Amino acid sequence: MILHPSIMALFMSSFLICLLLMYSAYYGFVILRKWDIKSGSEQQLELERRTYLISTILTYVCGFQLISLFLYMFTADILHPLFAGAMCASGALSVNSYGYPTLLLKIFNFMAAGLWLVLNYTDNRAYDYPLIRTKYRALILLTPLIIVETYLQTKYFRGLKADIITSCCSTLFTSESSTIASDLASVPSVPGKIAFYAIMALTVLSGIYLYLKGKGGYIFSAFCGLTFIVSIISVISFFSLYYYELPSHHCPFDILHGEYHYIGYPLYLCLFGGTLAGMGTGVLMPFRKTASLMETIPAIQKRLVVFSLVCLLIFTVMVTYRMATTPFILEGY
Amino acid sequence: MIELTDIKKVFNAGRPNEFTAVEEVSLSLDSGKVTVLKGPSGSGKTTLLGIIGCMARPTSGRIHLTGPLMQGMAFAPKGAPAEVTSLPERFLTEIRRRAFGFIFQQFNLIRGITVLENVMLPAYPMGDDFKSLRERATRILKDFNLSGKLSSRIEWLSGGEAQRVAISRALINDPAVIIADEPTAHLDTKLSAEFMDIVKRLKGEGKTVIIASHDPIVFDSPIIDRVVEMRDGRISGEHIRS
Amino acid sequence: MGRLDKQRNIIDFTLSSLMRRKARNIALMLVYTLVVFVLASVMFFAQAIKKEASIILKDSPEIIVQRLVAGRQALVPEDYIEGIGKIRGVQSVAGRYWGYYFDPVAGANFTLMVTDNGPAIGKIRVGKGVLRSIRASEGDILPLKNYVGEWIVFRIDGSLSSESELVSSDLIMISENDFRKVFDMPKGHYTDLVLDVRNSRERAVIAQKIKDIYPDTRPIIRDEILRTYDSIFNWRSGILLVIMSAALLAFIIFAWDKASGLSAEEKKEIGILKAIGWETSDIIFMKFWEGAVISLSSFMAGIILAYYHVFFASSSLFEPVLKGWSVLYPDFRLTPFIDGAQVTTLFFLTVLPYTVATIVPSWRAATVDPDSVMR
Repeated sequence: MILHPSIMALFMSSFLICLLLMYSAYYGFVILRKWDIKSGSEQQLELERRTYLISTILTYVCGFQLISLFLYMFTADILHPLFAGAMCASGALSVNSYGYPTLLLKIFNFMAAGLWLVLNYTDNRAYDYPLIRTKYRALILLTPLIIVETYLQTKYFRGLKADIITSCCSTLFTSESSTIASDLASVPSVPGKIAFYAIMALTVLSGIYLYLKGKGGYIFSAFCGLTFIVSIISVISFFSLYYYELPSHHCPFDILHGEYHYIGYPLYLCLFGGTLAGMGTGVLMPFRKTASLMETIPAIQKRLVVFSLVCLLIFTVMVTYRMATTPFILEGY
Repeated sequence: MIELTDIKKVFNAGRPNEFTAVEEVSLSLDSGKVTVLKGPSGSGKTTLLGIIGCMARPTSGRIHLTGPLMQGMAFAPKGAPAEVTSLPERFLTEIRRRAFGFIFQQFNLIRGITVLENVMLPAYPMGDDFKSLRERATRILKDFNLSGKLSSRIEWLSGGEAQRVAISRALINDPAVIIADEPTAHLDTKLSAEFMDIVKRLKGEGKTVIIASHDPIVFDSPIIDRVVEMRDGRISGEHIRS
Repeated sequence: MGRLDKQRNIIDFTLSSLMRRKARNIALMLVYTLVVFVLASVMFFAQAIKKEASIILKDSPEIIVQRLVAGRQALVPEDYIEGIGKIRGVQSVAGRYWGYYFDPVAGANFTLMVTDNGPAIGKIRVGKGVLRSIRASEGDILPLKNYVGEWIVFRIDGSLSSESELVSSDLIMISENDFRKVFDMPKGHYTDLVLDVRNSRERAVIAQKIKDIYPDTRPIIRDEILRTYDSIFNWRSGILLVIMSAALLAFIIFAWDKASGLSAEEKKEIGILKAIGWETSDIIFMKFWEGAVISLSSFMAGIILAYYHVFFASSSLFEPVLKGWSVLYPDFRLTPFIDGAQVTTLFFLTVLPYTVATIVPSWRAATVDPDSVMR
């Protein structure tokens, strides 16, 4: 296996995050069994104290998971020269079949942790911890996902072998790493752009409706999820081309590089943030009727909607601006 | 204003050193009055004070609060007393910050920071802006003739000055109730009398005062409205004055 | 802006509280900085060397063809050039003359090489490492012993620039005739061949074809060299990191111990704060900022020191391990190179374990009962 410091850092972080989550899930079990808000017993007081610990842990986990996601992309980028035929991080991730699934699961787990934090924050605002059971059941479900992610990541890195010169046998390698997934890259650009803007518009409209009328949370949340998927595909299919000014460079990772002014960061952070906040409104919808949350949930949802729309709009403005101001014209290729 | 019903507090439940500090205590404390909890050490006065002041949750029993403070809190039904027994710590602490001011036996001021900072500390989590908070603290300290000591370290204060700083700190959030735990235990007669003068002043401002003490200077004072006697964790007697 | 004010007030108090406990925290920060410093030095160094290698190798030939006889490198007959030149896609083929010369006085291996625009007969141009090891300068003479034991004297009439010191340090440029005088190079043979190809994607295909025509050759693609260097330095820095994991673990245990072992005074202070109205989450927030200030200052200090150490003080502490045993030591300045990936990796290797180690102790400190100061 390649003994690169970044790989070791990723192993360390995944291992620690797993540990933290398993520790939390254990207490989740205890809480699910023994929680009784009405009781003043020492055990109940201890459990209430414990919830602070778990909240703190999950907050850190969410933050570390996000950083781990970026580090994973960086590492794939750093390692790509070691594989014949890999042009950038995308190539490195395709070297074996675990590369992309790990990436997708990392994104998913980050979102899941973020949504848990939304639930947790809401629960804490109420005077009787109405969501305590839901919260900890969700936590127990999240734990195996993190373990699976760690497993996939391990398999990915263990399956990497650099195409290097070995001492006395042939130096020729017949292995050519497969190049970037071409199906995503081949979405025709005009219909693709229309789809992107249409879905974004619907998302914004449903968000405004939710803000003004307090209804339609599920719809808005679903649109946010859809926007996320469509935006990622759009970035790969055509938006990224405007940054690289090349019709064939579909890599979604290179826009994080300095030569493109690190534009990938604000783009992805806005996209992730906006989607997370938007889906957060959906996660809260089932609990609107709970007595202790009747006032707090709408207020929290309003804040989430605003944050979400601001992020998504910034994202849209950025890509539109780039398309409008760059001399590169995609149509016609 | 504060109603305790059948309060019981047990420590180390289920273990060999299980200990019941307070048992079957029911008490109704009216606003604007000065009440003294009298009893020897080990009688449960301190534990009871903590429960009254929303610092600790009882093992069983109920606590109800009424007053302007409770309005606007989601769990308080309109007009009726609000039960605060099972509130999460977050809420209890919020109530405690707004409604209760504590004066401890050993003053418990934080060393290494100034008098002014000590007084402002209880209000930090309230989110008031720093400037107005500082003005408020300065005003209170002025009322207690401590204007010259604003930037002094705690370690340099005399006994009487420290006492007044502790009281100022208890007043920073303008609480409705002042709770004092053995306030005169480390004071001489003169300072004890000064303390009771301050209590009189607070009573005049409409505050409720609850003091735990076994000092005669306290419970024999004419400003006391009611004395509750405690023994072995239970109420063993009560005297109401005038 | 109640929420912001609240954070600000608490942060204010946290900073003052850190200042009050300078002695305790300084010890921790020194160790923390040291850990970051060591790890960062290793990473910066390995990274910079790899970058250096790739910059230098950019100018090296795309494909080098060597010939192997009985598993060892042998001379390449010149008619191979014609055969290879006929392969489609090959832009140019040329032969090279170079060889190793061991100088017993200096105790070092020099590389003698013939290039176009080389020195005149009787003259040589040498790399800085050569000059240092024979303690000579331009204008001096350097005698070389040839294959029959005769001494041939050369005059040094130029030195090789130090941008490429990593490669040129032990190089001696010599004319073709002199090369043959020193070494017994038979006519019609070269040390190896170098190729340029028209289309970079075809390198592997062309290399295969060369092997098909001349099975006794070994074509080496430049990218493979780069990958090998990368791998070596990855491996070396990785091994160092693994070795240092013991130190890292010790640091984590130390941090955990420090976080758990609050002094009586600190415990009392937190008790008082809780008694006067601070909530558990306020204390946790305070502890978080404590940790953040300590982590960030140590992290920054460690990185800055490592940066200086590697790029300005030539990383004196690590060179033997990372560069390998080498008598001819290039004295060069690595180009400063630092990127987000390295910083993030370092963050994960140091700040992350530290934070995890302090989560539970901080929480324990924060959940002390508010009425504890009364008892």
